[in-house]
Amino acid sequence: MSGRAGTVVDDAVADDAADLAIRTRGLTKRFRSQVAVDGLDLAVPRGAVYGFLGPNGSGKTTTIRMLLGLVRATAGEAEVLGSPMPRAIDAVLPRVGALVEGPAFSPYLTGAQNLRRFDAADRHSIGSTRDTRVAEALERVGLSHAAAKKAHAYSLGMKQRLGLANALLMPRDLLVLDEPTNGLDPQGTREVRALIRSFAADGTTVFVSSHLLAEVEQLCTHVGVMSAGRLVAQGTLEELRRSGGRARVRVRTPDAPAARRVLAGLGIEVESGSAASDLEVVVGTLPDDEEAPEAIVAALVAERVRVRGFAVERASLEQRFVELTGEGFDVVA
Amino acid sequence: MSSREADATTGAARDADLADAGGTTDTVRRPRAAASGTLRLLGNELATLFTRWRTWAMLGALALIPILIGIAIRIAGGSSAGRGPAFLDQITGNGLFVGIAAMTVAIPLFLPLTIGVTAGDAIAGEASHGTLRYLLIAPAGRIRLLVVKYLAAAAFCLAGTLTVVVLGTLVGWLLFPIGPVTLLSGDEIPVGEGLLRFLAVAAYVAVSLLGLSAIGLFLSTLTTVPIGAMAATSILAVVSQIVGAIPQLEALHPWLFTDRWLDFADLLRSPPVWDSFAANALLQGAYVLVFGTLAITRFVTRDVLS
Repeated sequence: MSGRAGTVVDDAVADDAADLAIRTRGLTKRFRSQVAVDGLDLAVPRGAVYGFLGPNGSGKTTTIRMLLGLVRATAGEAEVLGSPMPRAIDAVLPRVGALVEGPAFSPYLTGAQNLRRFDAADRHSIGSTRDTRVAEALERVGLSHAAAKKAHAYSLGMKQRLGLANALLMPRDLLVLDEPTNGLDPQGTREVRALIRSFAADGTTVFVSSHLLAEVEQLCTHVGVMSAGRLVAQGTLEELRRSGGRARVRVRTPDAPAARRVLAGLGIEVESGSAASDLEVVVGTLPDDEEAPEAIVAALVAERVRVRGFAVERASLEQRFVELTGEGFDVVA
Repeated sequence: MSSREADATTGAARDADLADAGGTTDTVRRPRAAASGTLRLLGNELATLFTRWRTWAMLGALALIPILIGIAIRIAGGSSAGRGPAFLDQITGNGLFVGIAAMTVAIPLFLPLTIGVTAGDAIAGEASHGTLRYLLIAPAGRIRLLVVKYLAAAAFCLAGTLTVVVLGTLVGWLLFPIGPVTLLSGDEIPVGEGLLRFLAVAAYVAVSLLGLSAIGLFLSTLTTVPIGAMAATSILAVVSQIVGAIPQLEALHPWLFTDRWLDFADLLRSPPVWDSFAANALLQGAYVLVFGTLAITRFVTRDVLS
């Protein structure tokens, strides 16, 4: 399994620690006899939007808790923003904004009071700019109107926004967001996506855990997939898609035999098709050193094959995900 | 613990370097951790504690004790000497004693209950709300958070005892004749000095509760269920007093944190006997040291999973 992850990791990036916002080596957490996280080697490049995927209970949140110094690793090491955690916790965490396992607030305090409290807890924050920063963070997540409302009166979506506002109280170098769109309506989800894109555009590294694959596909540049406490794949989104096996080509043509001959000549394994209709469909599997789609079409046309439809198909992220983690995962598209 | 603190120091220094390198604006983040940051967190914690409805409900319940005593005695007349709680018989003669009589009533159960709630909730309450993880990743610092929580609990001890004494004195002032205070030794002191002695009593009882607060804080680090820590703290206070009332267990008595709870009366002699104050402070200090160390040891290594 780990060998498989290794093939996907961009080794050049993994070796250059200076370019990594998060790096772990053999990070392991055991709770009594149960292994929650097993030998994790994370490599999150600076500036990346890293999608941390995995079924419920695969160890995502435990990993995040270890990265933030809430939970002690049983073995292995973790570096966040170039410093070892949890040893450098006081230096690292002021530069990290985080949403961990859902937002949490003191119900008897207002939204703004809750944010002021978390800000005051950071001994490096400056008190004189606190109120301004709280107001700006609330504004940014669209909660200004509810600033004076007690947190127990907040809806789930509002709490989620308030949690995001807490992560934005200061300029951050790294945002760790655990299920950031949980509980948000479609509009809120779009806003959060736009927010994450704007952070990434500012150069902030975003580490976002999710099980919403559509969200990850839209947002992320890099992906890591957890299954049963292990990292089963890691790399850029494109690398992960590609690792899912070879692409398939589908040609719709009345000249099926000629098409088969041409495709076979390009090293494509053509499936023996049935002439069900006059517009026959030829399907084949591309080799590893695949030709560009346009080159295949050019070769077909050069042999006077009448191409009426053409597609190169790859496994979707969802298919890859199920392959990597097994069935029984709550996929929400 | 010392190595942790050393880490914190180098961490702060490293952060200063990082802040410089990153060009972070200094209106947002101070380059070096300052003591004022901890004071601000304490200020915020106190403001949070004293904006809670629950805190005022507990202080209100404590305030009811002198009010009930005052009204009951005003209506039904004074009790004869030697019956009922100490100082109760002196109220009809001098209303200023309402506060002290109320204190005698509050010490065995009411005050320990409120301390149990405040100290027992300190960490467990944050854990149950999930706010503990956000305070720790702020980062508040685990030892710093414990210290701030303990100081807030201590502030509540003082608020509680002052509520009983000050409100009791005011109630007595309103309902009964007042005059120079007759001390236990028979001497009379003027009203002003008497009031100062009463404030010293409030301070004495607040100090008496510091050991219990430390026990509550420790129990609070053991659980994510605040009601458990609250109940356990209150029950320990009662158990300790029961042990203190069993003569056969006399050998244990000097070690009980409740042993000197009622010795505040020594402050009402002439001249005041400060020995009990010092002995009590020493006893409470020992409990703070032991349970404070236990709380820190437990909390800095604990996995925060809530």
